[in-house]
Amino acid sequence: MSGPSEFKPNNPALQWIERRLPILGLMHSSFVAYPTPRNLNYWYTFGAILSMMLGVQILTGVILAMHYTPHADLAFKSVELIVRDVNYGWLLRNMHACGASMFFFAVYIHMLRGLYYGSYKEPREVLWILGVIIYLLMMATGFMGYVLPWGQMSFWGATVITNLFSAVPYVGESIVTLLWGGYSVGNPTLNRFFSLHYLLPFLIAGVVVLHVWALHVAGQNNPDGVEPKTPKDTVAFTPYATIKDMFGVSCFLLFYAWFIFYMPNYLGDADNYIPANPGVTPPHIVPEWYYLPFYAILRSIPNKLAGVIGMFSAIIILCFLPWLDSARTRSSKYRPLAKQFFWIFVVVCVLLGYLGAQPPEGIYVVAGRVLTVCYFAYFLIVLPLLSRIEKPRPVPNSISEAILANSGKAVASVAVTLVAAGALLLGSLGDARASEGTDKPPGNKWSFAGPFGKFDRGALQRGLKVYKEVCSNCHSLNYIAFRNLADPGGPGYTAAQAAAFAAEYKVKDGPNEQGDMFERPGRTADYFPSPFPNEQAAAAANGGKAPPDLSLITKARSYERGFPQFIFDFFTQFQEQGPNYVDALLQGFEDNPPEGVTVPEGTYYNKYYPGHAIKMPKPLSDGQVTYDDGSPTTVAQYAKDVTTFLMWTAEPHMEARKRLGFQVFIFLIIFAGLMYFTKKKVWADAH
Amino acid sequence: MNPDASTIAAGAPIEVDLSPVAEGQDIKVFWRGKPIYISHRTKKQIDEARAVNVASLPDPQSDEARVKSGHEQWLVVIGICTHLGCIPIAHEGNYDGFFCPCHGSQYDSSGRIRQGPAPANLPVPPYTFVSDTKIQIG
Ligand code: FES
Repeated sequence: MSGPSEFKPNNPALQWIERRLPILGLMHSSFVAYPTPRNLNYWYTFGAILSMMLGVQILTGVILAMHYTPHADLAFKSVELIVRDVNYGWLLRNMHACGASMFFFAVYIHMLRGLYYGSYKEPREVLWILGVIIYLLMMATGFMGYVLPWGQMSFWGATVITNLFSAVPYVGESIVTLLWGGYSVGNPTLNRFFSLHYLLPFLIAGVVVLHVWALHVAGQNNPDGVEPKTPKDTVAFTPYATIKDMFGVSCFLLFYAWFIFYMPNYLGDADNYIPANPGVTPPHIVPEWYYLPFYAILRSIPNKLAGVIGMFSAIIILCFLPWLDSARTRSSKYRPLAKQFFWIFVVVCVLLGYLGAQPPEGIYVVAGRVLTVCYFAYFLIVLPLLSRIEKPRPVPNSISEAILANSGKAVASVAVTLVAAGALLLGSLGDARASEGTDKPPGNKWSFAGPFGKFDRGALQRGLKVYKEVCSNCHSLNYIAFRNLADPGGPGYTAAQAAAFAAEYKVKDGPNEQGDMFERPGRTADYFPSPFPNEQAAAAANGGKAPPDLSLITKARSYERGFPQFIFDFFTQFQEQGPNYVDALLQGFEDNPPEGVTVPEGTYYNKYYPGHAIKMPKPLSDGQVTYDDGSPTTVAQYAKDVTTFLMWTAEPHMEARKRLGFQVFIFLIIFAGLMYFTKKKVWADAH
Repeated sequence: MNPDASTIAAGAPIEVDLSPVAEGQDIKVFWRGKPIYISHRTKKQIDEARAVNVASLPDPQSDEARVKSGHEQWLVVIGICTHLGCIPIAHEGNYDGFFCPCHGSQYDSSGRIRQGPAPANLPVPPYTFVSDTKIQIG
């Protein structure tokens, strides 16, 4: 993007265009002929990874928006319908939701890379500041996107974050009203967030163009922090950098696909599968993992205004980095002290992230304060001081000289540290899902667990029977239609069987030509009717609290896995907290509560229910439901079957997801291998 | 981007009948999308609220100023934590009042902040007694 290019296309038609709009020359000079330092390592491929992620997010987002309804009463349902009924809707949604996390994961590595190699230093200050602006826009976009599914965490996250602005003196309240478009978070808020969530990514794309432009003017920094001097120091962008980026991107895609196909809910919060309820605040409000360090800073400052200022300045301070760190040596490779402090800083950030997910009590608050001080001290004390007192090691004269003295060992250890740190941060959310003072449900062997898990058809059919004869007296199953019973990957009924099943139900329809409502037998397109006409009736008939809908219950319930278990869960693809909990709850009733525990009147003691006092009486007893296939008619078997059935209702496309995941993995591994060998071949003569 | 006319219209005053609320109980009504706690305080709660040294409070305000005289037993507050807007739980915490589960703010039986990060007391919405057992909020 700098200066006129000598590029001349051979094709006369292209020449004609090129004379009028030199776009091909621009492309050629920016992405083909552009010289990149020869010594770039794989940390430098994250720029390409981020561009790809932005593309993926925009593409999946545009398609999702075609099916999404931004209305407080319909948003939650429309997201569920996307996942259930839209062709490959589950894939789009997982790509978009996990994609946001991957985007942030990549941007954090990209930023730390810049920090380590001093990429913000003269003459790249503007490049760096543009990056910080992109990061801020990303945070806003991510936050508004998280509000759109309109679950409990969406709603309360929106409430807490918008209320941050009420800390502004004098005009705070008016700003908050302006954000809400009402007197509290509600439908107008959802509408404007949807509009902005659609707009901001395009702003990001615009700033990315500026970012890349600034990069191509100043040239890329490199791990040794010395500017290229002779043509020997650089290689052409294409094919050298392109192929390296391709390999980096394909490795990253493998990581991304692990989440999309096998762990789509690992990074999310179970509470967000409960529709937003303005009357009930969840016990722990936890933002998405990528905001946790800043959330920890906010909470560790006991004054509201100061907390908000602290949180925002933790980000804004990055803009001043080029002037806070005035050391002449760029790369921390040659700065022994700066290098150590850099790693301490990384650890501080990860720990802050961990604390952000913990309840704000006792030791966590103290630790949060100490780490907040460390965070700011790094920028305000350590970096300015180091640039004055540190004695850097001699920097090589040129890039080629640095390559000759190459030491590639560091990279591996850095990679290991970062992966460990990342895993800790990623998983810290798992700790926040609370069910305090409650026994952990015992693990269970589920046929649907693991990368090749499938539903047990027999269990699904038996579970449906249990639901129909027992649960459905109080619990609705709103998102399941009778036609779903014949869907592939489901209980395995034929369309005729599903129709016969539907016909046993009476469904209210109308109004007819006389204007009256009437009842007719169910059709396959109908949804399971609810036992109560509305939520108030359900609550009134059940002691003041409506029994929850069961369609999503196995995804909406969870329990704390604890450290370090949640890290292992990532590798073992453990996703079965919900089923374990539901299964345990159904078996956890005890007629005689343990010594010293009394439960309030109208409630029952349950070992696994948070707080132990549950409004639901023991629903299942031995022999209650007859099975035709000879399975034991015990509570344990009922619980297992109905839990399997409810796992299917929560995730009807699970089998398709895991099957496609396997194919994608095979493809990506082969693709990454090809890229790797091509890269080797291309670079063979460059070293 | 300020609230539109229909939103404002929906925020008109509402009337609440207090007769079903027994002593020691409270109800939650929604006004302008905000939960309003109406608690029928016990003698003990009122005495506790009046016994504290007002000057020692983070947001000094006497209990008398927060209720309507002649109707001391009724506390009407907006149930939105002044920290970051969660809904505090009634009858919890150390002060016989409200406890916010989000970041641990505690309010007393007059809805005044006593402990935690919240800077201010639970606000009292504009309301009047239409009769002895009926109030109008707004
Ligand atoms: S919102 Fe209540 S303490 Fe933070």
